[in-house]
Amino acid sequence: MTLLELDNVTAWYGPVQVLDGVSLSVPDNGAVGILGANGAGKTTTLRAISGAVRTGGRITYDGRDIRGLHPEQVAKLGIAHVPEGRGTLGQLTVRENLRVGAYLRKDRKAVAEDLDYCLELFPNLKDRISSSASALSGGEQQMLAVARAFMARPRLLLLDEASLGLAPSTAKAVYEAIRRLRLESGIAMLIVEQNANLAFTLVDSAIVLETGRNVLSGSSAELKGMDEIRRAYLGG
Amino acid sequence: MDTFIQLVIDGLALGSVYAALALAIVLVNQSTGLINFSQGAMAVLSAYFAYVLIGWGFPTILAILGSIVVSFLLGAIVERLLIRRFEGGDPDTAVVVTIGLLTLFTGIAGWIWGYNNRQFPSLFPLETVDILGAVVSVRSIGTTLTIVGIMVVLQLLFQGTKLGLALRAVAINPSSAAYSGLPVGRLLMIGWGLAAALGAVAGALVAPALTLTPGMMDTALVYALAAVIIGGLNSPLGAVVAAWGIGVLENLAAVYVPFIGYDLKIAVPFIILFVVLLVRPQGLFGRKVVVRV
Repeated sequence: MTLLELDNVTAWYGPVQVLDGVSLSVPDNGAVGILGANGAGKTTTLRAISGAVRTGGRITYDGRDIRGLHPEQVAKLGIAHVPEGRGTLGQLTVRENLRVGAYLRKDRKAVAEDLDYCLELFPNLKDRISSSASALSGGEQQMLAVARAFMARPRLLLLDEASLGLAPSTAKAVYEAIRRLRLESGIAMLIVEQNANLAFTLVDSAIVLETGRNVLSGSSAELKGMDEIRRAYLGG
Repeated sequence: MDTFIQLVIDGLALGSVYAALALAIVLVNQSTGLINFSQGAMAVLSAYFAYVLIGWGFPTILAILGSIVVSFLLGAIVERLLIRRFEGGDPDTAVVVTIGLLTLFTGIAGWIWGYNNRQFPSLFPLETVDILGAVVSVRSIGTTLTIVGIMVVLQLLFQGTKLGLALRAVAINPSSAAYSGLPVGRLLMIGWGLAAALGAVAGALVAPALTLTPGMMDTALVYALAAVIIGGLNSPLGAVVAAWGIGVLENLAAVYVPFIGYDLKIAVPFIILFVVLLVRPQGLFGRKVVVRV
């Protein structure tokens, strides 16, 4: 079953067109990567799904057209977005950030269980539970951003460049935890990543964007075998 | 000694007036991230609403409650129709808009009701009581207790409720808050509405002592801003303590420091402000914002 489908999606920032026909589909419980260079439209694709930019084309989620909805309405449908730059709420504590993530939920007991699960998944956050988010290290902030998104108990997680600005070992640890999260929760994921090596540890398939449109797509194994992918994104 | 106690108690009463406005400023800042310079002028409009209702024969308490409701709506409408256009842009622009609103609201009040001082009845009886040899009006005690009550409510709202948490989250990063499903627009309207309602309480508390004029809050606004900066922009408790401190020190300095006297006493809060900011830039009770990249 397809959970999310983008069909020839376009997007604008004011008069500037950034996406010029992006198509992809994410199956239930699947994980799909969006690869590409800087400025290819990876982040904008996620923002288009969340309703944070003006879009054209068709975006279908769980059988309904969600194009034109506002971000808060998209969130209500079960799509959680970890934005570029993490979007952690700096002046709030770690615990408060996680509570904001669970804002839409009424099932208090399950929320408390999920909070414990997050702290077990990211033990670093446990020690910092009462400190303000802005005092965390970059890696910890990224973990917090992922944990906050999980607290909404989404069906689909949009993850924007979780490795950005992190030391390689930290980035690897973050992806390790996300992989575990995927296996244990079954949440479908759409992942933007500049570092294709990291992305391939997590995704089943990927698309490659260039100047706002698809140029390639395939399973992880297929893509890893292609020379041009290797040269451009995998460092030889 | 009697003079001293009298000065301290009068200072607390005076400080409570600044505190009322300071709390409204903290409320808007916590729920929208802005400083609203028109908070005082909105409070004056609210006091005029109450004045009109009293003129129609409503009892004072009902008139004030009515003006609180109207002010909530006014605050929400101002956010929806005007401030909304500047949110997401440069915060400085929005702040300048609130300065424009300050003149607009003062002008509207003057245009409708004129610039003559008008008597505004007090909620509290006019009697005085004796405390440690000082003469204290029941009105001052009532004002001070009301402020303490509001402060406690605000502290509970922000620290203990889901609404308070949501208001703060939206103020910090509206687009990120929206990704968690927070209704950003509605929360900003509620923040402005609550602050305006609180301003209405401030207006009703101040008007009997200062008499009602369009410029009634101008001086108080300056003191209230000093109080929120000294106390910390994100701390209701800090704002109230600082406002009281300003009221008391200002009174004491006027009498005990001959060089200052009554003419220079307006300088006192700013001397305090200067010293506090040198020692603790985040304010006395403010939480320091650490930014790591």
